[in-house]
Amino acid sequence: MSNSINIENVVKRYGDATIIPDLSVQIKNGEFFTLLGPSGCGKTTLLRMIAGFNSIEGGSIKFDDKEINHISAHKRNIGMVFQNYAIFPHLTVRQNVEYGLKIRKIKKPEMKKKVDDILDVVKISDYQNRLPERLSGGQQQRVALARAIVIHPSVLLMDEPLSNLDAKLRIEMRSAIREVQKQVGITTVYVTHDQEEALAISDRIAIMNEGVIQQIGTPERIYTRPNNIFVSTFIGHSNLFCGIYHKDTIGAFVQFNNGYQVYVHDLKQDCKEGMKVIISVRPEEFLISEEGLKVKIKNRTFLGKYTNYEMEFEKGMVIDNQPSLEYSQDLGQSSRIYEVGESLTLKPNAFKINVFAEDGKSSLIKGCE
Amino acid sequence: MMKERRFKFDFWTIVTLVIAIVFALFLVYPLLSLFASGFKDPDTQGFTLDNFFKFFEKKYYYRTLWHSFLVTTCTTALAVAIGAPLAYFSTVYKVKLKGLMDILIIISMLSPPFIGAYSWIVLGGRSGVITKFFMNAFGIETPSVYGFGGILLVLTLKLYPYIYLYTKGALKKVDSSLSEAAESLGCSPFRKITTVIIPLIAPTILAGSLLVFMNALADFGTPMLIGEGYTVMPVLIYNEFISEVGGKANFAAALAVILVIITGVMFLGQKYVVNKKSFTMSSLRPIQEKQLHGLINIILHVTIGLVVLLSIIPQLTVIYTSFKATKGAMFTDGFSLESYKTIFDNLGKSILNTYKFGIIAIIIIVLMAMFIAYITTRRRSWLTNIIDSMTMFPYIIPGSVLGITLLLAFNKKPMLLSGTAVIIIIAFVVRRLPYTLRSSAAILYQISPSMEEAAISLGDSPLKTFFKVTAIMMMPGVVSGAILSWITIINELSASVILYTGDTRTMSVAIYTEVIRSSYGTAAALASILTLTTVISLLLFFKLSGKKEISL
Repeated sequence: MSNSINIENVVKRYGDATIIPDLSVQIKNGEFFTLLGPSGCGKTTLLRMIAGFNSIEGGSIKFDDKEINHISAHKRNIGMVFQNYAIFPHLTVRQNVEYGLKIRKIKKPEMKKKVDDILDVVKISDYQNRLPERLSGGQQQRVALARAIVIHPSVLLMDEPLSNLDAKLRIEMRSAIREVQKQVGITTVYVTHDQEEALAISDRIAIMNEGVIQQIGTPERIYTRPNNIFVSTFIGHSNLFCGIYHKDTIGAFVQFNNGYQVYVHDLKQDCKEGMKVIISVRPEEFLISEEGLKVKIKNRTFLGKYTNYEMEFEKGMVIDNQPSLEYSQDLGQSSRIYEVGESLTLKPNAFKINVFAEDGKSSLIKGCE
Repeated sequence: MMKERRFKFDFWTIVTLVIAIVFALFLVYPLLSLFASGFKDPDTQGFTLDNFFKFFEKKYYYRTLWHSFLVTTCTTALAVAIGAPLAYFSTVYKVKLKGLMDILIIISMLSPPFIGAYSWIVLGGRSGVITKFFMNAFGIETPSVYGFGGILLVLTLKLYPYIYLYTKGALKKVDSSLSEAAESLGCSPFRKITTVIIPLIAPTILAGSLLVFMNALADFGTPMLIGEGYTVMPVLIYNEFISEVGGKANFAAALAVILVIITGVMFLGQKYVVNKKSFTMSSLRPIQEKQLHGLINIILHVTIGLVVLLSIIPQLTVIYTSFKATKGAMFTDGFSLESYKTIFDNLGKSILNTYKFGIIAIIIIVLMAMFIAYITTRRRSWLTNIIDSMTMFPYIIPGSVLGITLLLAFNKKPMLLSGTAVIIIIAFVVRRLPYTLRSSAAILYQISPSMEEAAISLGDSPLKTFFKVTAIMMMPGVVSGAILSWITIINELSASVILYTGDTRTMSVAIYTEVIRSSYGTAAALASILTLTTVISLLLFFKLSGKKEISL
């Protein structure tokens, strides 16, 4: 019923502009796969190519082994949830859900059972005879989901389905979608620009930028071991430092510009001695220490569970033009909160930090590309 | 001891009262007296239903109701059959010169329908160009443009633009994701049209059809000119009224009552459909137009081109024939400016009258529209609610009925207005106020009251605030509405044809009388001037409103 999606070397062009130059990815049967990236990165374009609403200018998209490039959208057996839900306003909730079944000429009793079941699964049985304009955003979202799933599509495609909901509802619907997807066991491609949503919901994530996939991996892997500077700064916050790569008898280490040295866990051993590198440290990967990197607190934001400090480092320590340099202090682990203007010494956590080549395009951590 | 003031007496209270009095005097009182006279015996002035019995007893009378019904139903059906597909195909597919197409369609909609009737007579009438051509070249007799067929032809071409514009507006609100959702559920492109697109735009088409129905029912000029023996209700009312000398218009009044009841029901039906049945849709991503190729693309363009050409033929005919040389009332070979010379010599006054009355009317309309828009949106009370509903009256009262109404009400002292310019201006104001009022109220709804409060908090008086802040912010809506009122004023015929005298004849009345007298050359020259004014005003509307569409 459900199937894998194999995307091989696809190309998307609009006139002279190339949106996707050459993209390949395999999405496994039953997997919840998310396309994540800034707006204009080509993620929705790719989704609409899978759906059949955008043409494919090169390469192929296959459902299992069957190429679907030239099959029109209404024959691909997809289920799609749209950003604005696209609920038919002239039909009731129940009629909306029945729509796809009627086209498939499902018999009355079977249709009734299927619709009843799915309405229960997405918890909208109570509203089944209402017209959509009398539903809240979250309820409309559930109708859209039910309508897409009830036809037992080969793949479920979701285009930023939660972006029109408020924050609380977003979190509630996010678990609902995840739950329903696991229950039905359907291959799902999910598009979002919200990284928190992507981390929470996905089996695997593909990070896209300018039509190119930057990294594919589990949420944990992408956050802890990003492949390049783009991923490291796009997912979560990262402070970037200038550094030098060194090796000695103990192993490989990096040296900050003030001379402070860290033996980084899992750092590749075969790089060129003395090469320039970028050291990436997340705000929560600093510890207050006797020795390390000297900082002055420029600004402070108290956020409850932790406190965020905006910091100023000594001259020449960090890469230029970063939006901000931050340290997150976990309230449970610390003795006191510091004041603006105070000076601190911070030590990066050697197990956590990442090291990239000088151009920022590749990681020097073992196991990364 | 403080005395409680129940009524706050300020500038707006005065405005409200003045407007209420104006409406009572020029709309409610005349209408009520017309209705009353429909129930009065012509001789004894006692209550009777005889006028109505008279209508339903004689076939000569009641068949006009049947004629009207037949004409309006067929016109509406044809208008939908042409307007809706035209709107759908030109929204879904790429059509070259779409902007020009829209402007031509709107021009054909806004010029007076009797120009259409007149042109089709010139082309296909007894001595028409086409008729003669077929007769001389092939010896074939072309179908007559007079009677039922002619009325249907002219009214359809004049009224399908309403359906076209309404449908187009509705299609613009259909988000393309709805159509994609249907496809993603396995729906074929054809089935998508029947199960999603048509149900979504059906309420709009229905609302548009009722509007077409009301317009076709109320139209007087077309059936009068081209209908010949095929008499419809408004023509009967006019004839009965004109032939009654001495002011005993009771029978005509009874006819008017019947007509107004029908249009009133239609109007309420239209309101109901618009409010209850239409879907609130907002479209982030409107339907993208697709490029067609090959034969199908050619067929699309040729068909659309033909429809647009048919609708614009009257205007082209009018302009062309206005430059034809004439001998007396007949066209001869060659071209000349004689017709223009004649109208400036003999009918120059009618041109002047049109602009003079029109400008005075439009000034009154703008002031009233702004004040009424303000009191009905910002100063709601029972009185402003009544005023608000009274502004709807002109929609349901056919022009000829309004003409009769005003004439009957103001033909004796102390309010002797018949035969004056004042009564024509009153008719213009009453009939065409709604266009300006509607767009003024629409823009006022979008202006936050806090703007006024800000000005008042800075020390302006409420009255100053209105003129210095609110009125200025309302201007775009007021101006675009006023241009629409203006265009429809200069093309007004059905009321003014009843109210005019030799001195107060307007252009459209002059065209009508010239056509009746068969002096087609002068009629064409006048109609060309009228069409030119309409086109210039319309282009001004597009320029000022920044829109490419129009809503009536």
